[in-house]
Amino acid sequence: MALAKRIIPCLDVDRGRVVKGVKFVEIRDAGDPVEIARRYDAEGADELTFLDITASSDDRETLVHVVEQVASEVFIPLTVGGGIRALDDVRRMLNAGADKVSINTAAIARPEFVREAAERFGNQCIVVAIDAKAVHQPAEPPRWEIFTHGGRRPTGIDAVEWARRMNAYGAGEILLTSMDRDGTKRGFDLDLTRAISEAVSIPVIASGGVGTLDHLADGILLGKADAVLAASIFHFAEYTIEQAKHHMRARGIEMRL
Amino acid sequence: MVSIAIIDYGMGNLRSVAKALEHVAPRTRVLVTQNRRDILHADRVVFPGQGSIRDCMRELVRWDLVDVVREAALGKPFLGLCLGPQALLSFSEENGGIDGLDVLPGRVVWFGDLRDPASGERLKVPHMGWNQVHQLCDHPLWQGISQDSRFYFVHSYYLQPADSALAAGQTWYGFDFASAIARDNIFAVQFHPEKSAQAGLRLLANFTDWNP
Repeated sequence: MALAKRIIPCLDVDRGRVVKGVKFVEIRDAGDPVEIARRYDAEGADELTFLDITASSDDRETLVHVVEQVASEVFIPLTVGGGIRALDDVRRMLNAGADKVSINTAAIARPEFVREAAERFGNQCIVVAIDAKAVHQPAEPPRWEIFTHGGRRPTGIDAVEWARRMNAYGAGEILLTSMDRDGTKRGFDLDLTRAISEAVSIPVIASGGVGTLDHLADGILLGKADAVLAASIFHFAEYTIEQAKHHMRARGIEMRL
Repeated sequence: MVSIAIIDYGMGNLRSVAKALEHVAPRTRVLVTQNRRDILHADRVVFPGQGSIRDCMRELVRWDLVDVVREAALGKPFLGLCLGPQALLSFSEENGGIDGLDVLPGRVVWFGDLRDPASGERLKVPHMGWNQVHQLCDHPLWQGISQDSRFYFVHSYYLQPADSALAAGQTWYGFDFASAIARDNIFAVQFHPEKSAQAGLRLLANFTDWNP
């Protein structure tokens, strides 16, 4: 009897539509966030994450409506990220039915924002998203830095130190993405994941690089993550969440089935 | 028409709780309210909460709801969620020590630095995610829910009722703690049934049918 490790499918949303295509056989509209959320829930997703990739802030309001609709039908935790820059953004998403918001760039621009948001709304709903990239040379001890703008812009901030700081500022959870692995299907950066997970007292979600079901299990067993997030392996129906859970359980991981 | 009042004292978003109740009981009037009369006249009362216990107690006082919560907890079907049950106990360690409503005797205690006694690995706090609830008694709110079903938790403090007979369910996180407490017309859970998929919806449906 123990706490289960979580599988979190991530949906990229642009102007209210899920992008990157979803190839569920029975789904009529592959871009409808509500229909996809319902499907993932039925497959046993432990939580859902919506990442708003809408370029213009004018179109951001659409995501609020998406969250409202999903939250009235799907009764599992929802996290919303992308464009969360002010306390008002947090409030709007929580009022729409999100349980957590994930803060990325705004935390780097002004770390105090994380403290303020955690104090105002509670640690449990503040996720800090960290995009990290290895910066050490092959013979050196490993070191990772925070990058912004999709991994193009270095910040000079050490990822492990940053994670500790965000923990101290009141983050309830860390969403860790390896920018070296994102989109590669080569698996999580397990050294990075373990380094961060062991440095903080809060749960860590591993992200970036999943291509197989063993990658998911490795993230938990070797990376010491508390949850794993993946987009494409579920979107393209390569695997269902149910298959992923059975596979992880077979490797000795506590899962909700 | 049967009505359920969800007490809104500014501690967290109650939309999900309301939507989940409407989902399981479409012919019930669900009110999210801080109005004293609405709460006292409702057939059933839900006492939720999120955030810190200091803010929770302060807001209850500010909205003049302390006696209303106590009165509702005396008679009608009363469901506490998440921070709600913590506020119902006598005292919480959070925020340097805060007195609760003392509706049920007991304390709220910090998880602290937890290790898994078997593996020695650190257990993360908040306790976040899907954990099993072991039902300790037959209770109408457990009806139709399998023993040891998983519910969604997120909390850093846990309930320690003074009388272990108050525990209606327990959960293991390094040790066993009371994840559900019950007495007479009160049922209160540390987890979030409104975010716990089928098991959670069933518990809420049971609450809407419960006549203690």
